[in-house]
Amino acid sequence: MTGKVGVVVFPGSNCDMDAYQAFGSVLNQKVEFLWHKERNLDGVDVVVLPGGFSYGDYLRAGAIARFSPIMTEVVKFAENGGLVMGICNGFQVLVEAGLLPGALLRNAGLKFACKQVYLRTETVATPFTSALKKGEVLKVPIAHSEGNYYADDDTLKSLQDNDQIAFRYSTAGGEITQDSNPNGSILNIAGIVNVKRNVLGMMPHPERASERILGSASGVMVLKSVVESLN
Amino acid sequence: MFKARIEVTLKKKILDPQGKAIESSLRNLSFTKLGNVRTGKNIDISVDESDVQRAAGLVQSACTKLLANPVTEEYEFELFDEAGSSVAKFSSQQAGIPKTGGR
Repeated sequence: MTGKVGVVVFPGSNCDMDAYQAFGSVLNQKVEFLWHKERNLDGVDVVVLPGGFSYGDYLRAGAIARFSPIMTEVVKFAENGGLVMGICNGFQVLVEAGLLPGALLRNAGLKFACKQVYLRTETVATPFTSALKKGEVLKVPIAHSEGNYYADDDTLKSLQDNDQIAFRYSTAGGEITQDSNPNGSILNIAGIVNVKRNVLGMMPHPERASERILGSASGVMVLKSVVESLN
Repeated sequence: MFKARIEVTLKKKILDPQGKAIESSLRNLSFTKLGNVRTGKNIDISVDESDVQRAAGLVQSACTKLLANPVTEEYEFELFDEAGSSVAKFSSQQAGIPKTGGR
């Protein structure tokens, strides 16, 4: 069985093709692009908000995209339990839209961080990580300047209490260290899910690590989890 | 018609890496007496509204909805009449409705 993946295209999205390719060619799913002005998600099983620089990152990354017409539908879709996955800029859009808690600040080093990082899988009790093992380390690229995850103490506590932290930046061996944190994110957080566990946001790009020719295929397991949970 | 000048800054407890970079550059230039640099952004908007209270309400609602992120930022704004005189001030840190009047 195949599901239908809808990849939202905002003006300035630039990882929409990567997501299309990874779900379509690598995992043989039906994929369609959803222009941000559309209001129709009929037949879509998973919504992907891809990476890029929607609206040039003006004002704050994701701040303007969250008011795109399609986002009203994405919020409803998520509230009805639909799977929504925000990668990089998509994560920024999800926190701005209030679908995920916290915020993404400028990287602590002020630099655009573009490199391979290691992620430790913190929970497998989500539709986005179910094909992984707890503690499994993935090698996945990052490419962002605003990926410094921030949440106040109460929010952090509830993220931990509810097992909402999906991935943390780690060493290749799975150790959580300051050196393995590329952007200053609090607790090395790289990705989180909402309380209902049907919305994932992550700064690293699993879709860009979906085939060995790309340098790593370990990210595909994130997408594979999504596909398997549709069946 | 009013003009609004809005300032959006990071909350005090949030690290401002841009401010830190500027601060270290100032230190390198021997401005030893300057410190605690915080950056922010400035947004100017004209408000097509004749009542100052309503104008302030509109600007405040734009700030909470779009212009500032309540998780990480605070904002303040000032309204000016057509003669350029300040007629209202508001800060997100003070509760309640915008203060109007002044001069």
